[in-house]
Amino acid sequence: MKEIRWHGRGGQGAKTASQLLADINLQEGKFVQSFPEYGPERSGAPIKAYNRVSDEKIRVHSGVYEPEVVAVVDPTLLSAANPTEGLSSDGILLVNTGKSAEEIKSETGFNGKVLAFNATEVAENAGSGYANVPVLGALVRVLGTDYELARAEVESALLKKLPEEVVEMNLAAFKAGYEAVNN
Amino acid sequence: MSNGNRQVLTGHQVVANAMRQVDPDVVAAYPITPQSEIVEYFSKFVADGKVDSEVITVESEHSAMSACVGSSAAGARTMTATASQGLALMLEIVYIAASMRAPIVMTVANRALSGPINIHCDHSDSMAARDSGVIQIYGEDAQEAYDFTLMAQRLAENEDVLLPVMVTLDGFTLTHTAQVAELLPDDTVTDFVGEYEPLYPLLDVDNPTTQGPFDMPDYYFEHKLQQVEAMNNVPEKFLEVQEEFSDLSDREYSGLFESYRLDDADYAIVLLGSTAGTAKVVVDELRDKGKKVGLLKPWMFRPFPAEEMKEALKEKEAVAVFDRSLSFGSSGPLYLEVSSALSHEDNKPRLYNYTYGLGGRDIAEGHIAEVFEDLENPDLESKMHYINART
Amino acid sequence: MAEFELKKYDEVPIGGVVTGGATPELNETGDWRSNRPIFDEDKCIQCLLCWSHCPDASFYIEDEEVQGIDYDHCKGCGICAEICPVDAITMVPEGEDSEDE
Repeated sequence: MKEIRWHGRGGQGAKTASQLLADINLQEGKFVQSFPEYGPERSGAPIKAYNRVSDEKIRVHSGVYEPEVVAVVDPTLLSAANPTEGLSSDGILLVNTGKSAEEIKSETGFNGKVLAFNATEVAENAGSGYANVPVLGALVRVLGTDYELARAEVESALLKKLPEEVVEMNLAAFKAGYEAVNN
Repeated sequence: MSNGNRQVLTGHQVVANAMRQVDPDVVAAYPITPQSEIVEYFSKFVADGKVDSEVITVESEHSAMSACVGSSAAGARTMTATASQGLALMLEIVYIAASMRAPIVMTVANRALSGPINIHCDHSDSMAARDSGVIQIYGEDAQEAYDFTLMAQRLAENEDVLLPVMVTLDGFTLTHTAQVAELLPDDTVTDFVGEYEPLYPLLDVDNPTTQGPFDMPDYYFEHKLQQVEAMNNVPEKFLEVQEEFSDLSDREYSGLFESYRLDDADYAIVLLGSTAGTAKVVVDELRDKGKKVGLLKPWMFRPFPAEEMKEALKEKEAVAVFDRSLSFGSSGPLYLEVSSALSHEDNKPRLYNYTYGLGGRDIAEGHIAEVFEDLENPDLESKMHYINART
Repeated sequence: MAEFELKKYDEVPIGGVVTGGATPELNETGDWRSNRPIFDEDKCIQCLLCWSHCPDASFYIEDEEVQGIDYDHCKGCGICAEICPVDAITMVPEGEDSEDE
């Protein structure tokens, strides 16, 4: 079983991305959980969301304490939150940032694998404006998920709530995110 | 969002879909976290024309259950959902629903009772309703919440039962977590729940009845004995419904509680709800290390399966009963039941009470593993133990 | 008040349901009364206000005319005496004789 933690700010779509990832993993035939951490939520406040992915039925219902992968949607959370908490040195830290992986390593003191790319810029270039989807694209690559399968799921999920041209922008951002990192 | 029959759904969506498939005549409810989205999703099904139910939006849970009692007395298949303070406010009328033998099926998204005000899970709300005459079934995950909501309909409306049924699922942990669940086809559910034929529908003007009348001391007791008898009929009927449901769902339900690697276990934990899933993981890990440990998870808390539970536990070395609610000045409600069930055994297991998870306090695998370790100690104190609390 | 045979728990309908639609006819509830309405047929103009205001349906009516009062169910509230526009109903303490008795 793999455990993933998302850091974002209220309104940035970290929870949505977490649920999209669960949908994608289901399409791979996996068992999944996706849940946010609930507190006094308000727009802009730091939030966390979690995924569990497994080949077997998932029975555990506790919080996630030692994630294998951490995805940071908002660059300011590197200092405002504690994104490396519980992340072992063989884990992966995926960060939306303008800085290099080396800079992130020294900033966080995290010795494991850091994947850094500017998801905000990717989203702006694609016209969608939300960094959650390119981070999801990168995460899909990190997890070794089939790109076409993941893209199709994102497309069908987003089409349920967004107009077609906005979905197209997001799919472009998803692709750019996927291509921005090496597994 | 689906793979074969499997879908990723939140507990809310799963219960709302069960309600849609049951197709009740009336749903009367008032929103409260963490229940609100159940009725929101259901209302969307109504607005989209996917179900013909009448949704009554009321001004409080007291009114919600009052409308449910009236609707049920009229002869309508009736459902509702609530949580926490909502159930507390509703409680006066839950007793009346039970005494009027109204087969209302209600979901409770377990949430701590105030105060301090808290939106997260514990079982203080449903435990406060345990003496109301409602049947109580606790689910471990969204799948069980779905399955039991469907089975509850059959149980409630059984002519030897005719009682309200409460199906609970842990707030947030199950309601707000997207997880994998399998829904049955709509027509399978339609066939399974069947048509509701009320015994004394108030709207049957050719056979007028008076309902909910006043009782003097000469009849109140006898009417309560009727409820006692109905409750006594529940286990057998529940097993029958489970058998039928298992056949059409390929999911195995056979018992008033689930025994997990319990038969040859020396040490056992008894607990309700979603934490059972976490405990199963711990049991597996400890079994791999050669420890003889097991879990007993009651599905049904009312009526309480005392006799069956005694048989399952009486030869254990030690048993820890986990309560997710307090009864101030006494032991936890589940502990008292288990303790009472074993009270006449000569060589009963050492029995301990652990309180956990109040107000959403997390319980992880390590906490449960520690309790199994505790149980091996023959000198373990028989005071109340508190898990993951700063004592 | 009529005496009923007390039945066992499994001999009565569940949930306190009372079957049949005429339960007041099975119970004499007039013994609560402390004041008794006396109806004077000679003064009555048959406006039926007493009948329409009586909370206990205790006026006997035939052919749309008041025939008298059902003392088995009248509780002596006095609304009829108050509402009567021609003082055809008077309240007298229970137990005092009246020429209409």
